[in-house]
Amino acid sequence: MISLSHTLILAALLFTIGVVGIFLNRKNLIVLLMSIELMLLAVNINFVAFSHFLNDLAGQVFVLFTLTVAAAEAGIGLAILVVMFRNLSSIHVDDLDTLKG
Amino acid sequence: MLQNFIAPDLTPALPEIFLLSMACAILLLSAFTHRTRLIAALIGPLTQLTLVGCAVLTYLTMDTQTVLTFSNMFVDDLLGDFLKLILMVAVTTVLVYSRDYLAVRNLEKPEFYLLVLFATLGMMVMISASHLITVYLGLELLSLSLYALVAIDRDSSRATEAAMKYFILGALASGLLLYGMSMIYGATGTLEIGGIAQAIDNHAANSGLMIFGLVFLVAGIGFKLGAVPFHMWIPDVYQGAPTPMTLLIGSAPKLAAFAMTLRLLVYGLFDLAGHWQAMFMIMAVLSIALGNLAAIAQTNLKRMLGYSTISHMGFLLLALMSGVVGDDKHFALNAYSVAMYYVVAYVMMSLGSFGMILLLSRAGHEAENLDDFKGLNKRSPWFAAMMMIFMLSMAGIPFFVGFFAKFSVLLAAVDAGYLSLVIFAVIFSLIGAFYYLRVIKLMYFDPPIDTAPIEARLDMRVLLSANGIGVALFGLFPNMLMALCTATLIHSM
Repeated sequence: MISLSHTLILAALLFTIGVVGIFLNRKNLIVLLMSIELMLLAVNINFVAFSHFLNDLAGQVFVLFTLTVAAAEAGIGLAILVVMFRNLSSIHVDDLDTLKG
Repeated sequence: MLQNFIAPDLTPALPEIFLLSMACAILLLSAFTHRTRLIAALIGPLTQLTLVGCAVLTYLTMDTQTVLTFSNMFVDDLLGDFLKLILMVAVTTVLVYSRDYLAVRNLEKPEFYLLVLFATLGMMVMISASHLITVYLGLELLSLSLYALVAIDRDSSRATEAAMKYFILGALASGLLLYGMSMIYGATGTLEIGGIAQAIDNHAANSGLMIFGLVFLVAGIGFKLGAVPFHMWIPDVYQGAPTPMTLLIGSAPKLAAFAMTLRLLVYGLFDLAGHWQAMFMIMAVLSIALGNLAAIAQTNLKRMLGYSTISHMGFLLLALMSGVVGDDKHFALNAYSVAMYYVVAYVMMSLGSFGMILLLSRAGHEAENLDDFKGLNKRSPWFAAMMMIFMLSMAGIPFFVGFFAKFSVLLAAVDAGYLSLVIFAVIFSLIGAFYYLRVIKLMYFDPPIDTAPIEARLDMRVLLSANGIGVALFGLFPNMLMALCTATLIHSM
């Protein structure tokens, strides 16, 4: 039987992979977008698990909203990525270094 | 099931509904801008009119009653109405200040006005949120609009870099906030902010999960406010974004972030105040120190003001952490009204100082370096005086609004028994005064490098002057605004 703590640990692992992906990744911005998506989906697992074990539907409703927002977020992220590629001809994280001080 | 459906009371959300309908109408209208120039010219004034209409609606429906609607997802109270009125004033000011700058650079497109309207709607929803879903949706509506606004100048590689950084760190912050929310949902079994407070009160909440979620929640809030160690985006975005977007990001969203902090932590998790206050203390100390020290080294005024924002947010956190001492909660009202006063004062000063950068910018010239302010007194004594008022006020020198804001925050912190922290904050504001005073020195004692006459439309000149005089007047009569903040909170807590 899968218990609440199993799902919570799975979600925590996925979330950590997402966060670590953002900080360790020095190469490709698309991988960064994927890490962000992974974080949001890990949170969704959390919500669904709590919602199931608490017998409360509100958590699942939240997931529907998060999914929608995550889609919009990915859209904006990719749009900025396209603009960036037009300007810098690169999507490397290391090329984001003109603003410093 | 269907007969159980009760239509929600729409009147508390009237300003938001009006704003949304107008935004949709303008969106539709903008599809026809290629037909005639008339429609293109109409969109700017229509946006302004929408904001004014929204402010009027907010004012007319304002009363001391707290009303919940949409199954307790949305709250209409005096705190919300007050913050929304200031929000409208701030966004309107942003639009007036940025018009010339955008027109000259061919950026005054319908998209700009629409995104500003949607960002405003997001901020209003955040201010009125009483449910975790509403907090999240308002926040995302605001953030997504702002990411797009920063990238609106699509041929500028600096702006796109800033937009990318803003997007990534903003999304990370939303992720952390959301993770915190999921934990709090798990601990209390409800998403309603009032319900969360009740569950904690009844000891029905799992306290381990609760604290775990709180840490993530505070980290998310720290990101949105821009407090150290979650400040990395502020300097880059402030410098890289086109100045009108910096003006927008640096002013109105701080009100919304403050409201979000109040709704989540004070209305929802007040019984855990000891825990979040401890986290705020670390963030406040680091923000005040790093913000003031790093600002000294800057030559770009926008970046310098970015670091100054960080230190101001440190002061805001200082006020927010002075609410509860041990189990004694009777400092709370004073501390939170002081925090509100600080935010309002900060928004006024930040509007003014970024407005000055916009005033001095013209086609092909960005007046964003400190050198561009050299000898401003010779070019325009009046606006040099205005800039001096903003800088003195930000430095916290009597008698401007920034002084009383800082002073009352420090007083509240002393009341709460943080004496050593107050001394620390005073020393660092003294260090911080150096870089504000340097701007004044450049304006008054150095020969001008840039000698072009200042050209700006009348409405911008008048509003910027009013902004400066307002900063001075609210400093001379601080009690009016302070009393307003306190009265607002008495009726909404």
